[in-house]
Amino acid sequence: MTVFEYAPAPESRAVVDIRGSYGLFIDGEFTDGHGEPFKSINPADESVLADIACADEADVDRAVRAARAAYDKVWGPMPGRERAKYLYRIARIIQERSRELAVLESIDNGKPIRESRDVDVPLVAAWFFYYAGWADKLAHAGFGSDPRPVGVAGQVIPWNFPLLMLAWKIAPALACGNTVVLKPAETTPLTALLFADICRQAELPPGVVNIITGAGDTGRTLVAHEGIDKVAFTGSTEVGRQIARTLAGTNKRLTLELGGKAANIVYEDAALDQAVEGIVNGIFFNQGHVCCAGSRLLVQESVADDVLERLKTRMATLRVGDPLDKNTDIGAINSAEQLTKIKELSEAGEAEGAGRWSPPCDLPSQGFWFAPTIFTGVAQSHRIAREEIFGPVLSVLTFRTPDEAITKANNSPYGLSAGVWTEKGSQILWTAQRLRAGVVWANTFNKFDPASPFGGYKESGFGREGGRHGLEAYLNV
Amino acid sequence: MSERLAVRKTYKLFIGGAFPRSESGRSYVVTDAKGRFIANASQASRKDARDAVVAARKAFAGWSGRTAYNRGQILYRVAEMLEGRRDQFTTELRQTGLTKPQANAEVDAAIDRWVWYAGWADKISAVAGAANPVSGPFFNFSTPEPTGVVAVIAPDSPLLGLVSVVAPAIVSGNTTVVVASEPAPLPAITLAEVLATSDLPAGVINVLTGHRAEITPWLASHMDVNAIDLTGAPTGHVHDLEEKAAENLKRVLRPQDADWTAEPGTARMTAFLETKTVWHPVGV
Repeated sequence: MTVFEYAPAPESRAVVDIRGSYGLFIDGEFTDGHGEPFKSINPADESVLADIACADEADVDRAVRAARAAYDKVWGPMPGRERAKYLYRIARIIQERSRELAVLESIDNGKPIRESRDVDVPLVAAWFFYYAGWADKLAHAGFGSDPRPVGVAGQVIPWNFPLLMLAWKIAPALACGNTVVLKPAETTPLTALLFADICRQAELPPGVVNIITGAGDTGRTLVAHEGIDKVAFTGSTEVGRQIARTLAGTNKRLTLELGGKAANIVYEDAALDQAVEGIVNGIFFNQGHVCCAGSRLLVQESVADDVLERLKTRMATLRVGDPLDKNTDIGAINSAEQLTKIKELSEAGEAEGAGRWSPPCDLPSQGFWFAPTIFTGVAQSHRIAREEIFGPVLSVLTFRTPDEAITKANNSPYGLSAGVWTEKGSQILWTAQRLRAGVVWANTFNKFDPASPFGGYKESGFGREGGRHGLEAYLNV
Repeated sequence: MSERLAVRKTYKLFIGGAFPRSESGRSYVVTDAKGRFIANASQASRKDARDAVVAARKAFAGWSGRTAYNRGQILYRVAEMLEGRRDQFTTELRQTGLTKPQANAEVDAAIDRWVWYAGWADKISAVAGAANPVSGPFFNFSTPEPTGVVAVIAPDSPLLGLVSVVAPAIVSGNTTVVVASEPAPLPAITLAEVLATSDLPAGVINVLTGHRAEITPWLASHMDVNAIDLTGAPTGHVHDLEEKAAENLKRVLRPQDADWTAEPGTARMTAFLETKTVWHPVGV
């Protein structure tokens, strides 16, 4: 019998040119930061990629002033059709430089090149294309005959989809006539800084997009700055709460896209092999660093053993390793800090009595890695059923009746997303109606599109990104 | 012969379809525009506020689960009952200082406002929802859904302002705890009597009267309240209420200058709506 030996298929790094150090992109120029610089590292091997400037209070102020001036003098007064053309240009350049963006994203973030190449970067281009088209059609969007922009937006984004979250924030903001100051996460600043270069290639007027790097302090300074009119944040519920408190009593507008603990419901009549693919995609996509990850599998008792067996077989075929290897399914955990959190919660799962299982899996010795893991026998009270793990860890719970599935699914302070698997159409709609979640994937999971509104119920935040709905956050309605 | 002595009404709270006094046993004096005694209104406590939230939560599944057409029918029925109580509302509004023509106009506007919102029940989804043309073989649609339990701090416009904040919250399926105008709470309780004799299920609207500064912080910080309308929040308390509301990330509608006589638009409805997007593959 012939055995096919595994052969790596690495994507070349030659397409990217990482500079030794990066400044802050303010008013169309890279300038020095005055905080303590920090390093961005490659989570797959812990090598230092670059020194990154840190914006202090004065730097944040400078960026906000640049955004305000650009809003008052250039971008605010510009006709929508002209703004649209800038956004179309940006979309085209993203497509032209897609390989470079994908490789850089995988190096800085640790996600598999297959995902950055086939999911993240195409969606980024699509997001700019989609919102470009809205820029001169806002009067038809249902927010009044002459909707006005909000002004200057302060935007803080996470490290799990660095470039995609940038696109979700910047594209609608610019389309509506706002200018922005955006802070990428401190562990993944490189693609945002490359995006700054794309803005220059597109000849976007200086100050329309400002990108400042730094950690939590920089973000806090930005959202508290008196010169901004709107805050958009994607990240943890805890930080979202702090931002909501900071903005209390002000006139600043706020949208939040926060944590989740999505239930992925598998009914007994589901197409089980497809469901297993959906379960794997739901929790192992992007190492589980996904706010809408299907991290709670709710499987009907009658098929639970069957589903688990198929799931384990499928998990044994997942390749964990080099993010730049085109065969890789699961890349590196983004940071040592995140790896510690995943380990801590997984240990809590064991300590609370759930059964832990991972396929045999060789992990590289350097870098941050975590094998795909499932927990069985999970109770609703367990921390691994309640808290967001944000890693490749699935909690498996069972149910007997559809009503029980709904009760368990909704038993969470979160309400971002959910999945449902059944071949019965009426049961899909019945289930989808009752799930208190902003996105429901039926017989699919983790699908995103610029035309499709995304955002949560309850403590998963408020406001929607994507579609016509996504304009509301950036219009003075 | 002496004149007949009138039988006065006891103004109580409205919680879960019943009219209890405040569990605290307290009341406060409501006066007319000239400072003359009209009635003792119940002074709701923290416990009353919590009871009202429980009643609102209990009513949510049933109310939000009704068809939009049915909710519209019930709201229209409320307008019919309002019309039948015109004289009582007019009298109460005159006590707040309005002339007879002004009071009549305000009652007219309030009833018409209620009818206007009743008609939205089965239309807001068409305006706020969408079928989304995603790039792939998927059917993708977005529908608005009610946020849940909404705490409504009503403005001091005792009838028109009140219905203008309550009707948009409930028409889409939310349930509410309403804190009535502090100086002019009586029309709110009379409205509650209208609601009790309409077909509105118990708990969909709960009405508290009392000191806003005392009641509203408990609603703003309550973990089972999903949203709060600060329209009538006491001046100087907005910052604190918003901070409390952040704890469970309530949707907050900030106070804004409102002309209650102008046609309202959809903003007060969409403020308490969530958008749910459902994906399904298309294939054979």
